[in-house]
Amino acid sequence: MPAKAGASWQDRIVLWQSFVERRQARCLACLESAAFGCLPPFMTTPDALSRPHWRRRAVLAALGAAAGAPALAQFRVEISGVGATQIPIAIARFRDEKLGGQPISEIVRADLERSGLFRAIEAPGVLDEGSLPVMSEWKGRNVDALALGSVSRLADGRFDVRHKLWDVVKGEDLGGQAYAVPSADLRLAAHRVADAIYEKLTGEKGVFSTRIAYVTRAAGRYTLRVTDADGEGGQVALASPEPIISPAWSPNGRELAYVSFETQKAVVWVQDISSGARRKVADFRGSNSAPAWSPDGGQLAVTLSREGGSQLHVMDRGGGNVRRLTSSSAIDTEPVFSPDGRQIYFVSDRGGSPQVYRMAASGGSPERVTFNGGYNISPAISPDGRSMAYITRQGGAFKLMVMDLASGDVRALTDTSDDESPSFAPNGRLIIYATRSGGRDVLMTTTLDGRIKTRLLSSGLDVREPVWGPFGR
Amino acid sequence: MNAMRGSLGALAAAALLAGCASGVKLNETPVETRTPVAADANAGAGAGAGGAPQSQVTTVSVDPNAAAANAPRVVYFDFDSFVVKDEYRPVVEAQAKRLNADKSKRVSIEGHTDERGGREYNLALGQKRAEAVARSMSLLGVNAAQIEPVSFGEERPAVQGSDEGAWAKNRRAEIKDR
Repeated sequence: MPAKAGASWQDRIVLWQSFVERRQARCLACLESAAFGCLPPFMTTPDALSRPHWRRRAVLAALGAAAGAPALAQFRVEISGVGATQIPIAIARFRDEKLGGQPISEIVRADLERSGLFRAIEAPGVLDEGSLPVMSEWKGRNVDALALGSVSRLADGRFDVRHKLWDVVKGEDLGGQAYAVPSADLRLAAHRVADAIYEKLTGEKGVFSTRIAYVTRAAGRYTLRVTDADGEGGQVALASPEPIISPAWSPNGRELAYVSFETQKAVVWVQDISSGARRKVADFRGSNSAPAWSPDGGQLAVTLSREGGSQLHVMDRGGGNVRRLTSSSAIDTEPVFSPDGRQIYFVSDRGGSPQVYRMAASGGSPERVTFNGGYNISPAISPDGRSMAYITRQGGAFKLMVMDLASGDVRALTDTSDDESPSFAPNGRLIIYATRSGGRDVLMTTTLDGRIKTRLLSSGLDVREPVWGPFGR
Repeated sequence: MNAMRGSLGALAAAALLAGCASGVKLNETPVETRTPVAADANAGAGAGAGGAPQSQVTTVSVDPNAAAANAPRVVYFDFDSFVVKDEYRPVVEAQAKRLNADKSKRVSIEGHTDERGGREYNLALGQKRAEAVARSMSLLGVNAAQIEPVSFGEERPAVQGSDEGAWAKNRRAEIKDR
């Protein structure tokens, strides 16, 4: 509900109140009709959020509206900031959504809103992909695009999820898709619908059907979880009484490398996500950590201390053919391959304090990349190879920065002070990172200009080390 | 003679008690016959048919290394530092002595950091702390094969908290038996 420029804060309060009331009414209506979760994403203008009492109200309103919602949706979406242009889109309830037990249209709506590029408009009525909408009616609601769809059950027990997208302004049918999925993949089908709409209307690939992995810690137990990019549908890949750090997706999205302390030291494992089969790939003397996949998935760069210190090595994905890449008496760690596989960025304190360096993937003399500040770590390279996200220490604060690699220009992206572990979405448009808020570890996404942020709110667990998976699940 | 005296003693005791006991007739009190029994197993070669020498004392020697086994095993570090300060030399020396006395003993030296900073960089810093302690022990003659330096980085704090008091107690290396 973006306020018009120049609106007084009192105007915004009124807008906000009526927005919340309509959302709450909608949520109650949806609770009455079926056992769906309500996913009310809240949007406010940056100014409104900057007043602390409004931030509290926003969170309380979110909690209040969600209080009755069943446990289906454990993550709530909280969005702050408003993009320059947002496409007003209406996503009608998919006919017979209840059949599969997943709120398809709600998932699509939350996905599109979370990207910051869309503003969802109310879409009453019973319509499906076969309906012929009356354009004048939708234009009257200030809608630019309209998505309609349905869910039906197939003879083999799977579900057929169909949608169609309409350009309301031009009165044009933009086409649609049909996905036949088992019930376990209904959320995925909804995310694919959101991707299709996103691509049609923005010209870019959506990341709604990708996955993220992250680590949770609660009551002395650790899990490595894999969830949809919206944080929902989480499944546990590894549960352990000892810490798990540094997860890394294989480029084909089928495996996760990670560091586990289950044998009372740091050891690198690779695990097949679907089957759970896992193998140790680095268990040498001392600590083994910081796994990073080469873009072709054939190699892993790791940090080993088997010859003393912490030095970069590269090995085959099975753990064999280990070659040392750096030979310094410093700490060299956190390797990450450039997207073309030709270079490795890494962290070294060979200059006296940790900075980001870059060298040829075959080893060789590194060149320094970061020059602002005395402590720069955790590099992540964008899929187009042009930007680097990293963490800088300023005073006692740890802040997420993004650097344009060609010019060296650096920009801060957050106003939090405990940021960690940035990772790019595979379309290069978003960065996921961990930070601390309200005494808890939380996961956030941000656009590269820092203007639109969303928070993936977990159910009370400390969450850390997020990594964004690749396209093509 | 001893045996008789022993029984008379028993009778005397029984007689004393008879006044309070319920009718135990003196002439029915059994007489115990004592025969010399072999001294306990520690008497060793001296036992023989004649019994252990009365003056036998067996020496128990407290293991001079036992004290070291219970000695403090933690070295603390300053912020961003992996220097083993002089005040912790005795810790290193005591543990080195233990390991030198028994070449089959093995230890892990586990390095830790406080919570500030990146996880992987802290893992490497903890590794440096563990290796600094290992180096100090090698200089005292301990075999490298007896020591494995490892790191937990910031993942296993000894003390929860976000103040210097907690942080100081987490910047450490611990020597653990394998």
